[in-house]
Order: sequence, then C-alpha cells, then structure tokens
Amino acid sequence: MSAVREQIRRRSEAPPRTRTFVITPVLVVYLALAVLLVVGSVLVGVHGGVLLDHGGILNILTRGTVLGLVAIGQTLVIVTGSLDLSVAYLIGLCSLVAAETMAGSTAMIVPGVLAALVVAAVVGLVNGLVITVLKANAFIATLGVALVLRGYLEHNYTGPAGSVPRAFQHIGYDRIGPVPVAALLMLLLAAAAWWYLRRTRTGYHMYAVGGDVDVARLSGVRTGRTIVTAHVLCAVMAGLAGVFLAGRLGSGAPYVGTDAGYDLESIAAVVLGGTALAGGRGGVAGTIGGVLILSTLDTIFDDLGLDSFFKDVVRGVVLIVAVALYARRRTAGRSA
Amino acid sequence: MRARLRLADGTGPVLVVLLILLVALAFAGPAYAEPAGYLALLKRAAPLVVLAVGQYFVIVSGGFDLSVGSLVTAEVVVAARLVDGDDANTGWVIALLLGCGVLVGLVNGLITTKLLVPSFIVTLGMLLVLDGAVFLWSGGAPRGALSPSFRVLGRGSADLPVLGQVPWSVIVLLVVVVAAVWFMRSGTGRLLLAVGDNENVVRLAGGRVDRLRLLAFVLSALLASVAAILLAGFAGVSAQVGEGLEFRAITAVVLGGALLGGGRGSVVAAAAGALSLEALFSLLNLLGVSGALESAVQGVIIIAAVAYAAHGAGLRQMLRRPVPDTA
Repeated sequence: MSAVREQIRRRSEAPPRTRTFVITPVLVVYLALAVLLVVGSVLVGVHGGVLLDHGGILNILTRGTVLGLVAIGQTLVIVTGSLDLSVAYLIGLCSLVAAETMAGSTAMIVPGVLAALVVAAVVGLVNGLVITVLKANAFIATLGVALVLRGYLEHNYTGPAGSVPRAFQHIGYDRIGPVPVAALLMLLLAAAAWWYLRRTRTGYHMYAVGGDVDVARLSGVRTGRTIVTAHVLCAVMAGLAGVFLAGRLGSGAPYVGTDAGYDLESIAAVVLGGTALAGGRGGVAGTIGGVLILSTLDTIFDDLGLDSFFKDVVRGVVLIVAVALYARRRTAGRSA
Repeated sequence: MRARLRLADGTGPVLVVLLILLVALAFAGPAYAEPAGYLALLKRAAPLVVLAVGQYFVIVSGGFDLSVGSLVTAEVVVAARLVDGDDANTGWVIALLLGCGVLVGLVNGLITTKLLVPSFIVTLGMLLVLDGAVFLWSGGAPRGALSPSFRVLGRGSADLPVLGQVPWSVIVLLVVVVAAVWFMRSGTGRLLLAVGDNENVVRLAGGRVDRLRLLAFVLSALLASVAAILLAGFAGVSAQVGEGLEFRAITAVVLGGALLGGGRGSVVAAAAGALSLEALFSLLNLLGVSGALESAVQGVIIIAAVAYAAHGAGLRQMLRRPVPDTA
C-alpha cells in the first residue's frame, strides 16, 4: 500500500528533482487558458467587440457551470480507471424528476432536489455494480445504462415536463457582479472534489485503482467499493447539473443533456485538463481549466459570429493536439 | 462447416442467440415464413455487419473507432452533393468516398500510433471534426441527390443464375465477411490479434505493431465507407443517417464475444452479433414494442452479453490482466 501511495505522491505532487520550476499539466492548462483569453480578446477586439466585459465573463462562467459539474464527477470516475457514458441522459432524467416533483410549488423545492439526487445516486450505483459485480467493461456498462435511460425517456416524454417554482429559478440566474452564484457553487464543489481526491483515504484509493487495479487489490484496497463510490459521486454530480438546468429552463427537459453532448464533452474536458484516460493520473484542478478552455472557445466563436459547426471542428482539433502534447511530454520525461 | 468446428471463443453463444432470434422471427411474422423475408433482413443488416467487421479489426487490436458513425454521415452528405443526380458521376464519387475513408483511417491510425494519443480520444476528435466539417460545407442541410446507379448497390438486386434475385448489398456483405475471415486467418490477421493481447510481446518478437494498428484503423474507415455507400442507397440522404452507428457497431462486436481492449474475439461472431442486433430490432418491431424502448432493450442486452462473457470465461478473466485501455 505504502509503495502505491508513494508512487502516487511522486507522480502527482513531488517535483522532479532536477528542475526547480515544475511544468505540471495543470499549469500547462491554465497557461493555455491565459493564452486563449489573450488571443481571443485580440481577435474579438479586431472584430469590434470586447471578450472579457461583463457579458463575456458571465457567458463563459454560465456555460462552464453545467459542464464543470459533470466534468468534476467524470474526473473522479476517469481517475479510477473507468468512465461514464450515461451522464447525458441522466442529466435529462434528473431535470425531469426535479421539475415534476416541484410541480411549481415552493414547498417542494427541497424534496425535488433530493429526489433528483437520489435517482442519480441509484443510477450511479447501478453503473458501479454492473462494472464490479457483473464485471462488464465500463464503456459497455455505462453505454448500456445510457441506452436504458434513453429508452425510458423516449417512451415516457415527448418534450419538457414539470415546472420549477420561481424561487428556485434564482439558482439559475442570480449573480454577484458578473459572477453567477451557480458558478461559485460549482467551484466550491470542485474544491471539495479536489480535497476528496488528494486528502482522503478513498481519494487515494481512486488513484491506486486507476493506476493498477491488481496492485491496488493486492495492497488491500477494496477496489470494487472504490469504483462504485466513484460512479455514485459522478452520477450525483450529473444529477446536480440536471437540477441546475431545470432551474434555468423553468422545467425539466428530456434531451437537455444529450443535445449538448455532455457525455463526450465532459470526457473531453477531463482529458483536456491533463487527466490520463487510462486512469491513475490527473485531477480536478486541470479539469476546471479544461472546462474553462472549452467554454471560452465557445464564447469567442459566438462573439466572432462564426458558424457553430466550425466550433466542433476546432474543438476536435484542440482535443487531439492537447492530448498529443501530454503524451509527448510524458514519454520525453520517462526517457530522460 | 465441419472444417470450422474449432470456433473461436464466444462464437458459440452468439450463434445460438442468432438462431433463436431467427426462429422467433419465423413465428412472429408471416414475412419470415419464406427465404425472401430473411433475405430482406440480410439486406437491412448489411451496412451494420460491414461496419461491425471494420470495428472488429480496431477493437481486437486494442482500440476504439468512434468516428465511423460521423464518417458515414459525412460520406452520404458529400456523395449526394457531388453526384447531384447525375449517373455520369457515380463512378468517380464512389472511388472518392473510398479514398476519403482510407484517408480518415490513416489520420486516425497515424495520430494514435505516432502521437501516442489514446484511440478513444483520436476518434472522438475525428467525430467532432467530421460532424462539424460536413455541416459547415453543406450549410446545415444536405443538398443534391443520388443517381439511380449509385443507389443500385444499396437497394438493387443482381440476377444470379441459380439463386435468382440476390440484393447487391447481400453480395457485398458476403464478400466482406469472407475476405475478413481469410484475412484473420493469415499471418497478418493473427499478428493483429496478438497486438491486442500483448503489444510488447509482438514488438519484441519483431512484429511491426504501429503498422498493424494503422492497418486496423484504415480497414475500419474503409469499411465504414462501404457501409456509407450501402446505406445511402438503402435509406437515402439524410443528415442523421450515421447517428449512433459507432455505438451500434461496438455493441455488435461485443455481442459477438470480443473483448474490449483487444486480443480476443472472432470476426464471424462480430458479424453474427450485428445480424443478431438487426434481427432483434425486427423482432421487437413485429411484436409491437415501441421504437422508444428499442434502445432500452439494446442496453440491457449488451450488459447481459458482456456480463455473460465475463463470467462464462471466469477463470480466464481472473488470470487475465483487466483491460488496459479501459477507455
């Protein structure tokens, strides 16, 4: 166990001895974000606008909130060496559960949120148990659960349903200056997730399981329990995203998660943030950077009035280039 | 048939499932009382089978190809615009589509092998790029039309001496499956399987791992182009034609008992998996299950299939290192 932990610590925290200034993936992400902001500001400025005015900041943070919530959960799962393809449909389902439970009455806000989160936790539990007990590959297991959720949604809903009381819609729109309250809550949760991964026993176990599940098991980690925990937490984060979207839209919408492609998008944000897709390396700080990069890109494209399809092209290229750079750095470091 | 008694792991169960589904179809619908019904099923299933065979090459060598669905969409939209209803254009457009397929496969494969990016990410990026690029080019809605000669492959039939009318797509399907079986029995095919099982051993034994994986991606994209040509003929032009096909193809391969992460699985089983999936959809349709529940059934079935595979080969699974590219 201590060996694993030592290895984890060395990988994630301790700087290489030879260099005093360490270029961690997290730093690279935020540097890239800074460069993107500068370049974006110039481009938008040439186009006759301002990127980082009141509306721009609001736009970036609002876009980042939902993706951030989902991506935080996805980080936990990916670090554990798994992944979750069911989040997009889960977001839609949770927005419906929340909105239908609330049914426009202020008294039902708390039960509505709780109901949505319980549904999310159950779906996460199913994901985790299918992976650990039925020993299905995470890709297939969560894809299967996603398809089941999709069937349920398509069978029972044709459009928006339920309604959210006005009091709850504040969570979607209130802000302090240019900063939405929900974005602050998202960052708070990110900090909590960071603490959980880096400072608690289960968090360490997640890195251990993601690094090498056999070594972790032989070291006495309850690998199954760790994987299930990661999936439940990931699903609850997706549930929160669904609840937030219900608050913003005023009702639940079955395809609010899939229309935005939050399943693959959240994985992209996590990987963009320097977390290894194979697990065992990375963290929440990088993920938030990745989320901000994606939402900044979106905002820049909007300001420039570019075709929305062009966004997809650039997003795809950015994703591949970023991961290629990480891979290059890692092999360079290993051979050095 | 006797020569193939030595079936690869996992081929047995999927063939049994397929047989049960086919028999059930015969009871469920009068259309399946005679061979014509099954021929129609084969015709419908042809694009998915072809895609599944391509996906099989990538999966068995330890990767994923998520870009095939958007590649199909892109090629159908491009074909409609370039052919523009003129028979004279059919030939070169088909050649161009196959060429584009090879190019996409090369890009996927080169980025995966040379830049060391996980194939999940590469092909996800390719999916975004293709989706965006094709809509950017077509302005959001597909334009143009396919020529009758282009659509022959997808919906026409050939007059064969003994068998009578056989759809072209069924012939293409058979050619692809036979070629794939032959390929997997050749030295290169066996090496491809070995790469998925243990890349390092193949490398140490002198195998060209990068070249093999590149080949898998090229084959997958090329077969996706073939599937696009069949689908365009069969279903016509739409911007949603390839939606979800990548997951369906992966489902089919896994249903055939292939292990995600590579190293195990047979190509016949993958094709049978695709056929089973299509037969299942036809059956659900005949039984009056709403289209909405189709995906739920698909979800339950793939989980069940994978769980069965994991437990059926329980001991093997315990000895084996869990899938490295869990991705």
